[in-house]
Amino acid sequence: MAYNLKEVVANKPSRFTAGHRMCAGCGAPIVGRMVLRALKPEDHAVISCATGCMEVSTFIYPYTAWTDSFIHTAFESTAAALSGVEAAYNSLKKQGKLPEDNHTKFIAFGGDGGTYDIGIQSLSGAMERGHDMVYVCYDNGAYMNTGIQRSSATPRFADTTTSPAGKVSPGKLQPRKDLTKIMCGHHIPYVAQTAPVNNFKDLYEKSEKAIYTKGPAFLNVLAPCPRGWGYPTDELMDINKLAVETCYWPLYEVIDGRYVINYKPKNKLPIEEFLKPQKRFKHLFKPGNEWMIEEFQKEVDDRWNELLSLEELTNKQA
Amino acid sequence: MSIRERLSGNEAVAVAMKQINPDVVAAFPITPSTEIPQYFSTFVSNGTVDTEFVAVESEHSAMSACIGAEAAGARAMTATSANGLSLMWEMIYIASSLRLPIVMSLVNRAVSGPLNIHNDHSDAMGVRDSGWIMLFSENNQEAYDNTLMAHRIAEHKDVLLPLMVCQDGFITSHSIENIELVEDDKVKEFVGTYKPSHYLLNNKEPIAVGPLDLQAYLFEHKYQQAEAMRKAKEVILEVSKDFEKLTGRKYELFEKYKLDDAEIAIICMNSTAGTTKSVIDKLRESGVKAGLLKIRVFRPFPAEEIAKELSHLKAIAVLDKADSLNAVGGALFTDITSAMFVNSCNVPTVNYIYGIGGRDTKESDIESVFVDLQNIANTGKIDNPYRYLGLRK
Repeated sequence: MAYNLKEVVANKPSRFTAGHRMCAGCGAPIVGRMVLRALKPEDHAVISCATGCMEVSTFIYPYTAWTDSFIHTAFESTAAALSGVEAAYNSLKKQGKLPEDNHTKFIAFGGDGGTYDIGIQSLSGAMERGHDMVYVCYDNGAYMNTGIQRSSATPRFADTTTSPAGKVSPGKLQPRKDLTKIMCGHHIPYVAQTAPVNNFKDLYEKSEKAIYTKGPAFLNVLAPCPRGWGYPTDELMDINKLAVETCYWPLYEVIDGRYVINYKPKNKLPIEEFLKPQKRFKHLFKPGNEWMIEEFQKEVDDRWNELLSLEELTNKQA
Repeated sequence: MSIRERLSGNEAVAVAMKQINPDVVAAFPITPSTEIPQYFSTFVSNGTVDTEFVAVESEHSAMSACIGAEAAGARAMTATSANGLSLMWEMIYIASSLRLPIVMSLVNRAVSGPLNIHNDHSDAMGVRDSGWIMLFSENNQEAYDNTLMAHRIAEHKDVLLPLMVCQDGFITSHSIENIELVEDDKVKEFVGTYKPSHYLLNNKEPIAVGPLDLQAYLFEHKYQQAEAMRKAKEVILEVSKDFEKLTGRKYELFEKYKLDDAEIAIICMNSTAGTTKSVIDKLRESGVKAGLLKIRVFRPFPAEEIAKELSHLKAIAVLDKADSLNAVGGALFTDITSAMFVNSCNVPTVNYIYGIGGRDTKESDIESVFVDLQNIANTGKIDNPYRYLGLRK
């Protein structure tokens, strides 16, 4: 059935409710809500969430914004805790200790801090062990909850509070880690990179595939942060679009090792279009700093070309 | 009829776990507790148990997975030692604050550094304020029995706290001794089934676990944890009585060995109690009124009950198998002397730090402590209450 946003919204009430305290213009809550909309209405879900913006803004005792079962343990333990929940489900099911009509799905949410950095070990462990779960990283490219410190997902040259652009430093010195590719290295059945663009079609469809593919799945979802990136809150969806149109954040999926690029822009926009609206890259546009934009563009181009060749290579093999 | 066997401490715990048949076990190997998940994995691979075994990539994840499993509505168990427990430390506090009755076998070993794989109690002492019930075991039989009682205590509605059963690494974990096992069906009946009132997998009643808990509520939640720990004492005694009915083996908060008419006494935990008993028997033959108080329940700490048993003594030595590095004695010493002070029990008491990093504690060492105690009893003088036993000068 073809995707239709109106139908999805009308037929599937949000399982992530209003009243949470995420910022206006934040990408994370719309990602969370749309991922959960991909669940079949009759299915129960257990959500495991890392410490971070999403957790501290959605479950402040005694209130919760989550209508499914939800567990938060610590910053780095999200995937491990969920693997325990999934193991419990398998054990109790096998022993007939859960009703037959209990169909539960397992979804983890973590920011790039909880996923790329402090939680990568427990994530890697859970994926390798093959638990039937989806790990969703909402990637806003820095430790936003603690006040915009650099992470390994922070792009090169970005100005953060622990990689400030100063008189002798151009901002973050190192290129960002490619976590999606690291997850592909786990040879799990489904890995995808997506962003909330075009009526959420790509995000919704990938969430559905990830949730209903047996075994471990990983979604890396772009989730801009107005405070950390420095854009007006009403420009969230424009920023997402620019990330995709410049190929800064390509939309692709890897199904049993086969790469599929879901969107190839006809006119790949120059990276300036993505960088310009963001205050964290303001210094890149000062006279004398043209080299930063050049190097940024080169990195984006290299990664995009590599992705194109991976698609070609893996489809040839298939 | 009970079953007579010969098992090491680790085997005994693994057999107890097999009989309990928990829903989930998540563990990561570390000497000297490694054998427990190893033995248990064979039970899983042969279909002897219904358990899902999660071979996690670290102890931090072992405890995280146990938290997830227990919150999901399953019985979860794990085993670890030393640095494994240190790595779990963050999750140890989270497990108890979420009121999840997870059961752990802690095979005591020295915490790094430097690296040492042998027995002392520095691992357990590092989590003594984490909100876990802590039971100590002199030998394989006690490690087995404590494990069989663990779920009944931890899952009691007035308690709902995680529980760890401690035993001495190598000294009991790897020593094969005679043991009496309870029949499988009797264990099953004794332990009962786990029926949590709220759990993640209940699709009829979704719940949220692990909130951001700010100034308005955290204090009250911590008080509830403290209350549960206070109530645990009574539950432990209740369950121990039921266990005695089943097996004839009597367990209380601590064990008194020739203490009632003693003039001098040692207080210690785990395997050293066995050595001490042997020395006491010899001393008694020569007319020395020596006795022992062996702690079984270290958390909750039975302060009042212990103090009551000590007031008739002339001198006491508290043996700590971990140094608190605070310049004023080990953790057990601090707890005992605090219990004595609050309960107006004024007996000269000294502390010995001993057995660090697996340093052997021989009968002659224990004898030397009793000689010291006789001197203190005779003179009423203590030159230095903070002492070391078996330390090379």
